[in-house]
Amino acid sequence: MSEPLLTLEGVHTHIGRYHILQGVDFAVPRGSFTVLLGRNGAGKTTTLRTIMGLWKASRGSIRFAGQDLAARPTPEIAASGIAYVPENMSVFSGLTVRENLILAARSGKIDDTRLEWIFSLFPAMQRFFGLAAGTLSGGQKQMLAISRALIEPRDLILIDEPTKGLAPAIVANMIKAFREVKNAGTTVLLVEQNFMAAKMLGDSVAVMDDGRVVHRGAMAELAADHALQHRLLGLHMEVHQ
Amino acid sequence: MSDGTAQREEAVVASPPIDWLPILLTVAVAVIALPLIGSVSTWVTLTVAALAMGMIIFIMASGLTLVFGLMDVINFGHGVFISVGAYMSLLVLRPLMGWVDSPSLMLNIGVLILCIFVAMAASGLFGLLFERVIIRPVYRQHLKQILVTMGGLIVIEQLLHVFFGGSPITIALPYNFRGGLSIGPDTIVERYRLIAVVIGVAVFVAMMLVLNRTRIGLLVRAGVENPEMVEALGYRIRRIFVGVFVAGSALAGLGGVMWGFYQQTLTIGMGLQVLVLIFIVVIIGGLGSIGGCLIGSMLVALVANYTAFLEPKIALVSNIALMLVVLMWRPQGLYPVVKV
Repeated sequence: MSEPLLTLEGVHTHIGRYHILQGVDFAVPRGSFTVLLGRNGAGKTTTLRTIMGLWKASRGSIRFAGQDLAARPTPEIAASGIAYVPENMSVFSGLTVRENLILAARSGKIDDTRLEWIFSLFPAMQRFFGLAAGTLSGGQKQMLAISRALIEPRDLILIDEPTKGLAPAIVANMIKAFREVKNAGTTVLLVEQNFMAAKMLGDSVAVMDDGRVVHRGAMAELAADHALQHRLLGLHMEVHQ
Repeated sequence: MSDGTAQREEAVVASPPIDWLPILLTVAVAVIALPLIGSVSTWVTLTVAALAMGMIIFIMASGLTLVFGLMDVINFGHGVFISVGAYMSLLVLRPLMGWVDSPSLMLNIGVLILCIFVAMAASGLFGLLFERVIIRPVYRQHLKQILVTMGGLIVIEQLLHVFFGGSPITIALPYNFRGGLSIGPDTIVERYRLIAVVIGVAVFVAMMLVLNRTRIGLLVRAGVENPEMVEALGYRIRRIFVGVFVAGSALAGLGGVMWGFYQQTLTIGMGLQVLVLIFIVVIIGGLGSIGGCLIGSMLVALVANYTAFLEPKIALVSNIALMLVVLMWRPQGLYPVVKV
């Protein structure tokens, strides 16, 4: 088996006097769709932010494509080939959809083929290309945030709860788009509360609780084991019906 | 061309709607003042003077609004860059007195351009040092920012005191910029005020072009909204911060030259004197908004000039009253910048 694209070993993160991550260990295989699950406050978002260097790891190692990321500043981490879609989307409201995408394209130019692909995933982006991002709906902002991560090829995309608060039809559209991203061979680490979405997309899974990874394995195994889901995630049978 | 590309290009030209209300408010203030003043010629003189003053305030405040909006830094030291700019113009004016008093328009323009160039370079350099030495250790600590930037202002003021002395220094306007221009019966507008308006408009247009048509402008606008996300996209926001701080300081220096010529007297505390006015403009306009800064400057200058003529006692509090009214209407300023 090839070396994982991203490996976290014993990662600790403190925010102020709070010890949030308490030794996180997991790996993201190259080309896989890995899902990070867990209850609210388990440390999933902190894990993504720590990988991006937005919060500094106080201990442990984060290795990405053979390089140690732990001590690097955020812009360097992003430039090494990682795109980040934060939980609050963080689109630039005063900039147009086009300007948001131009900014995300580090080369300064948008590749037309890539853009057409994004438009095929999210047709709304084409409709609202010249409009200020602040005028978009919540779902459209989420599409823009993801489009920003896709505008140039990246080795790894970190996505934080993309389906949160979205209407079922938009979630279905999002899942369809993620499937295409997955089929394109992009490595994705997805934080998700929606287990149904996670089950449909994930190849591998890590479950967090209290700042630690308490389960790692194939998504298919977790999806098949209802007792394990109940124990790890507090899920009941009705989720599966 | 594919349909998709055609639709996209059509969409690109659709710009967001302009919020006309603050602009109409400014026009309304001027229109309402006309019957109160009673004389058209007096009204024109006051209005043009206010436009000139407003443009100079805009030049001085535009850098501060970006620094405030982008860097979240409360820089009370901004005023000293105005003084530095004004005093640096002496380095040009003293050896080139012949150009100042020459009837040649080209030499007059030349000496003004040289003053502006030297003032902007010096203020920008001071800004670079100020950011490195004073601002950098106190990012995200507002109380400390107020204290140390005020301290930095005092230190640089005292340096100016050492090199230029403490007494006010009178400067002369270049020959062709002196006096007034008759634009109608009984209506004379000072030439220098028209020049100030032209330079102010040029600065505004240049800033809007840089902010809206260049990649660096895009980064600044994005950084004002959400600096963390700009970093997560792979850009070093600290470098953008420094660039904006230096540009803001240089603009304050330009404002200092314009203000110095406007007053025709330089004092060490001239920057500090206008600092309150500049903060009012920045708050009225909306932190980080260049358009808001321009409209805010115009409103402040118009209200100050009209009330000074109509009721001088009220003029002392007119700007504070204006700020209260604007903030009751729009608590985030006339053109609020969305921040995350």
